[in-house]
Amino acid sequence: MLDWLVPPPSDFAAQLRAGSQAAAPRERVEQLIALAQYRLDFLQTIQLNRAMDAIGPKVGEILPRERVALVGSATLDHLVPGIRVAALQRRLWIDVHCGAYGQYRHEILDPASALHSFAPRTIVFSIAAAHVVPEILPGTSAEQVEVALQAVVDEFRSLWKRAREDFKASVIHQTFLNVTEPLFGSFDRLTPSSPWRVVERMNELLGQAASAEGVAVLDVARAAQADGRDAWFDGARMLQAKQEIAPQAVSAYGELLARILCAQRGMSRKCLVLDLDNTLWGGVLGDDGVENLVLGQGSAAGEAHLALQRYARSLKDRGIILAVCSKNDPVKAEEAFSSHPEMALKRSDIAAFVANWDDKARNLEAIAGQLNIGIDSLVFVDDNPAERARIREALPGVAVPELPPDIAGYTRRVADAGYFEAVGFTSEDRQRADDYAQNVQRDALRGSVQSLDEFLQGLQMTAVCGPIATVDLPRVTQLINKTNQFNLTTRRYSTEQIVEMLTAPGTLSLQLRLRDRFGDNGLVSVLILRSPDGRPDRLEIDTWVMSCRVFGRQLEHEALNIVVESARRAGVGEIVGTYAPTAKNSVVSDLYEKFGFRRMEAPTLPQGTSRWSLIPADYAPSTTHIKTEHT
Amino acid sequence: MNADEILQSFTQILRDLLGDDSIVLHPETRRSDVPEWGSFSYVSFIVAVEMQFNVKFTVAEVESFQTVGEIAQRTLALRGTA
Repeated sequence: MLDWLVPPPSDFAAQLRAGSQAAAPRERVEQLIALAQYRLDFLQTIQLNRAMDAIGPKVGEILPRERVALVGSATLDHLVPGIRVAALQRRLWIDVHCGAYGQYRHEILDPASALHSFAPRTIVFSIAAAHVVPEILPGTSAEQVEVALQAVVDEFRSLWKRAREDFKASVIHQTFLNVTEPLFGSFDRLTPSSPWRVVERMNELLGQAASAEGVAVLDVARAAQADGRDAWFDGARMLQAKQEIAPQAVSAYGELLARILCAQRGMSRKCLVLDLDNTLWGGVLGDDGVENLVLGQGSAAGEAHLALQRYARSLKDRGIILAVCSKNDPVKAEEAFSSHPEMALKRSDIAAFVANWDDKARNLEAIAGQLNIGIDSLVFVDDNPAERARIREALPGVAVPELPPDIAGYTRRVADAGYFEAVGFTSEDRQRADDYAQNVQRDALRGSVQSLDEFLQGLQMTAVCGPIATVDLPRVTQLINKTNQFNLTTRRYSTEQIVEMLTAPGTLSLQLRLRDRFGDNGLVSVLILRSPDGRPDRLEIDTWVMSCRVFGRQLEHEALNIVVESARRAGVGEIVGTYAPTAKNSVVSDLYEKFGFRRMEAPTLPQGTSRWSLIPADYAPSTTHIKTEHT
Repeated sequence: MNADEILQSFTQILRDLLGDDSIVLHPETRRSDVPEWGSFSYVSFIVAVEMQFNVKFTVAEVESFQTVGEIAQRTLALRGTA
């Protein structure tokens, strides 16, 4: 398990000691993050987790920090190190609270419980099937089984509801490990009352309920199917310590959970960067010529390369950006895409194509720049161990999976690493790959016209806007949690927290979609203005985000025009905005000033944070090239 | 591998597990002799020993071990070098 990670250095213990002794907390955190990148064993994971405990309470100023509670039917404490280390690997700091063995109902429902005082932002239900499924005798009818299992799932639904309403927490529910023994044998599959079928059915019903309720599932059942039951469950540990998840699986468990936590916060990777020679195809294009490349039917290795291409194309179809980074002649490399008959990937599938003889670290930076995404959004797949080592050294933010010696295992390895974990699939995701192609066309238009004004006019843009509706929530949540650059406050919210804001009295919300003659960009900007102190005449811009795909189109001007107009009609006398700087949002550092907001005196704010005030009556709307339609 | 070497490895495992470099195990050391060595870390210790020495104790053995020496002896026996 975790084969995509590099084995730890032989002096891991010494490095951990040195890292723990660094003077500055920031330096210590960075060293621990560096050590979290390795494939750590059971004891190393425990040691790294302990070193995290010594960092101190100020870590929240260095990394995003979240409180996660595990509640359930078995012993959970042994899961903590794996979860925290896997999250740390992704630059997310997690404080974990473990509920007592079997006490999850009480902990959720009792306002005086330790769980309530912990105030988790995420609650993970880790419940064994054996704990909740009533005894089902072999003679029980299918209908009776269904009624019994539905009752179990209904209880979960009511607990989820309490978790979300009382804690404002997002809920993750672990699927059921099927550790039942055969009763009839293969006939179990045909027998609704067989223990195996009961657990399988529980997982189906759980999935349906979770999907209906917007709850995420932590699919350990799927992982145990892939890795084998013994990799995840050890009957001896269950007996000795009531551990449902075996100790040898705790790193994998932490990995699966950290992926979901990061996906919910927009921290999943966005772009798959592929090498060409001996990765996307077999052979060296420059030496062998396009006609001799090993790709496609007729060769086992050729089919393995093709499988990787097909997987990449599937990723593209679900919204992952594809890029190429290869040491090759650029013209020949692009030609191979159109001239080789077996290519599953087309040149148009590749949003950024870099083939030259330069250092790949510089090229990856160029790719991130071209796509306007962070370097930490990239995954780099290259058969050459030296290139992989170079990138890990030069660009530690890029994910670089270790690959097996055999191309036959590449696709599975890339998939297993779970870089592109998602918690939803929106129409914007479906559209994203085409957006990048459209952006290339827009850039071509930009090159052909005289002035920026002419370019913007030529785009024939229409903004479709309205308050945030329920149907918008998945995309709004995604945008709020994923946007790093055009984000004034970088406040991350769960769907539950967003709904709470929207339903509070006085809140004004706006979502904007942008269309132009090249296509529909989808929902690309969100504003939420709250009335925090109960004064309906004063609104505070809690959240203002805009997708980097529509930078430079005047949409922010149009958005403010609309918001100020609505505020004015509602009798609002003052709009207050905050700019809170991060490593990535300097693009909006002077936004409020540009829009005529007046800087407010605010002596108690953190370093760099500023507060700005606008009187709607004094606001002069900006002129834009965007037509507006209200929904 | 002899009993002394096993004991040294056990000492290192328990130090790593509990984060206490002052721990020194002897054949006669009992769980109650090491503060912090509760039932939770006992199971973790058994897990770490099993992983490091590629052995598997029975649940009955794990329940019956009284001293570190007994665990070491059983480890040696399972590795066939006792």
